[in-house]
Amino acid sequence: MRPAYFIPLALFVAFAALAGFMLTQPKDQFVESQMVGEPLPEFALRAATDNRPGVSIKDLRDGKPKLLNIWASWCVPCIAEAPHLETLQARGVEIVGVAIRDNPQNVAAFLAKHGNPYSRIGADDISAIQLELGSSGVPETFVIDGQGIIRHQHIGDIRERDVPMLLQKLAEAGA
Amino acid sequence: MIAEIGHAALWLAAALAVLQMVSGALALQAPEGQVSPFALYARPAAVVQALLAVLAFTMLLYAFAITDLSVKLVATNSHSMKPFLYKLTGTWGNHEGSMLLWVAVLALSGGLLAYAERRLPERTMSATLAVQGFVAIGFYAFLLISSNPFERLPVPALEGVGLNPLLQDIGLAVHPPTLYVGYVGLSVAFSLAMGALITRQVNPNFAKVMRPWVLGAWVFLTLGITAGSYWAYYELGWGGWWFWDPVENASLMPWLAATALMHSVSVLAARDALRTWTIMLGVVAFSMSMLGTFLVRSGVLTSVHAFAVDPERGTLLLFLLALYIGGSLTIFAMRAGSIAEGKRFTATSREGALVFNNVMLSAILAIVLLGTLYPLLTEAFDVRVSVGPPYFNPAGAVFAIPMFIVMAVGPLLRWKDDKLARVQPLLAVLGAIALVVIALVVFLGDYPLLPVLGLALAGALGVAAFMPLRGRKLNRVPTAVWGMVLAHFGVAVSLFGMACEGAFTQEKLAAVSAGGTEEIAGWTIQLESVDPVSGPNWTALEARLAVNRGGGEPIILTPQARNFWAPSQATSESALLTRWDGQLYAVIGDAAGVDPSGEQRWQLRVWWKPFVTFIWYGGVLIAFGGVLAIVGRLQVDLKRRTATRIGDQRRTDQAKLGEESGEGQALPEPAE
Repeated sequence: MRPAYFIPLALFVAFAALAGFMLTQPKDQFVESQMVGEPLPEFALRAATDNRPGVSIKDLRDGKPKLLNIWASWCVPCIAEAPHLETLQARGVEIVGVAIRDNPQNVAAFLAKHGNPYSRIGADDISAIQLELGSSGVPETFVIDGQGIIRHQHIGDIRERDVPMLLQKLAEAGA
Repeated sequence: MIAEIGHAALWLAAALAVLQMVSGALALQAPEGQVSPFALYARPAAVVQALLAVLAFTMLLYAFAITDLSVKLVATNSHSMKPFLYKLTGTWGNHEGSMLLWVAVLALSGGLLAYAERRLPERTMSATLAVQGFVAIGFYAFLLISSNPFERLPVPALEGVGLNPLLQDIGLAVHPPTLYVGYVGLSVAFSLAMGALITRQVNPNFAKVMRPWVLGAWVFLTLGITAGSYWAYYELGWGGWWFWDPVENASLMPWLAATALMHSVSVLAARDALRTWTIMLGVVAFSMSMLGTFLVRSGVLTSVHAFAVDPERGTLLLFLLALYIGGSLTIFAMRAGSIAEGKRFTATSREGALVFNNVMLSAILAIVLLGTLYPLLTEAFDVRVSVGPPYFNPAGAVFAIPMFIVMAVGPLLRWKDDKLARVQPLLAVLGAIALVVIALVVFLGDYPLLPVLGLALAGALGVAAFMPLRGRKLNRVPTAVWGMVLAHFGVAVSLFGMACEGAFTQEKLAAVSAGGTEEIAGWTIQLESVDPVSGPNWTALEARLAVNRGGGEPIILTPQARNFWAPSQATSESALLTRWDGQLYAVIGDAAGVDPSGEQRWQLRVWWKPFVTFIWYGGVLIAFGGVLAIVGRLQVDLKRRTATRIGDQRRTDQAKLGEESGEGQALPEPAE
């Protein structure tokens, strides 16, 4: 028996151990943004609906931390998170919305039905800003500090238990 | 009834696999030179098992054909209103059905081996069939325990769920079975290698038996990869033909191992060298097939191919992997030392060149394997990475370039020992071709290094492929040599296509309003209109593009941006225009604002890809070369068998004559 002949077996055992370990790990499908900690890209979005103004980078550099909420009227989890956004707004949080691939009628209908916690809503028709933020799905929520720097990313809909956590993150960002 | 017949056939086949394994293994207990009575059972068990497994698959096919909605698999994957062809292909368009197809092909090739193969010593054959049975048992158990395709619903469904619209494509209907036949063909090579290793029969005779199986599997893998690459190219609408995605790599790795195995088994058959190495490759090739199945089906790796994944199935598959790969590698480690060293040869010989290319192929295999598994490794430490072309292309090229050079020279060398000086004039010609191509390309413009080298190598290799024919009467050249010539030329053609695509592709991304015109590589493209259209289960925006080159009647291309609603999915339907010197590839994207006059603008993406089709022409040529090689080998073998039979017949006749006349010694020897 030459030890060299055991090399393939040793390599395979290493692989099997790794694969076995990874199979027991819960699969995390979230794609985290590389932009956390980075300043927001330059952008200016037209208004997505008549009764709220659009969003530009200047609105997010006014010294006050805000939530930037990526959503859409066609998105079902967005309905689920709507009441929690209202809770946050009632606690004095300013929420800026970006509507992804949407149109004014649908946006207005959604807001009429599920409430409107937004101070501004920009329309991102081709997901351009969404991609630049490093967001890969709807809904996602970013904590932006007063200087326009992304401090935190929340993937998926905001649940009730996430509300204190987001308030905490906003406080850390200088609210 | 149909589903129950299929289910019963599957259980019976599994039982016969046990019989095949046990009788094959017990037959090995007999002392050397004697045939054990147990050996009688293995062959019939394999043959009947093949019939039963095929019966089970046929029953499932029938259930899909008549859309039997009381069968769970049919109800969840089919629909009564689907076109008949896609009802049938839906049989393997899902996990259970495709595993049943895998097992049926496995049993069929095992049955064919047991029925037709009579050249090996009976002991080796018993061991081979025992291994084949052992492999089959695992997959039967996997099917029957965790993926029963024949499960009934307590109450028949009213209507089926349907098949993912993306899978309703003729290319994808044919591509998986082709790959499966390739994967499973390698299982026979694996069983033969283990049989020869266990019974210490690693010799040219064994290699000759193994060769057609390796060649056959390799032909199917080549076709499967070629078809898969073209499917990804036109269906995904990304303009690329290879993405180094884990699932693509899973099909490439067995191919690389099979390519190396095919060459080393030829050396073993012809020269009795590379014994240990051939066995090793036989194990690796099938291991790569199983590893591919595991990576694809278990979901440990994230891939653009979203297969239905299930961790429990992953665990079972990993168990099978550990059993078969771990087991065979253990036997290899224990036994490889007992394989006698084969015949020696010098570095500058045909064997030397083949060994060099075997090592290069294995190195590329290692590069691909490492790149595929690396994300799995880093994820264990909570770091997400994605490995792509910036790693695979240069790392692969480091080994591929020397391989192509030796591939051009190797077939010109003699077996055992040769001098490069003997073939010096030919090498000078090849070197000159490569240099002229490089000079020409560099003169034309500034192109990346790898495609330029690829073009030079393709030129030299294309000529070198035909050099083994020089000085021979073409009608006397053996069919197998033609096979090699064509396959090597196919590699040159494919390499030419890849290099051209890499160097000369022109791309244009523009926002165009209706009536607007774009120019690319001598083509004029006018966007005539963008209109909504709809199909049975999708709506789409369809662009009408009028394209022409150098005047003349414009040709209409209609790329679409489709939205399927069940399940909700957006796809790009590219429009291709094929010319002898390349393809025009157009994709329509999203709306992109309005132009100054208020007209709606659209994102239009166009590529001109010179000679890109040569990639797949080359793939088909390579596969065709493989077919010729099989035909050639079988021809020679049949001829030799017929000659042996006639010789035997004559000798018996003579012996009888001798007995009758009582003076057999006096007869003249027949000239043979």
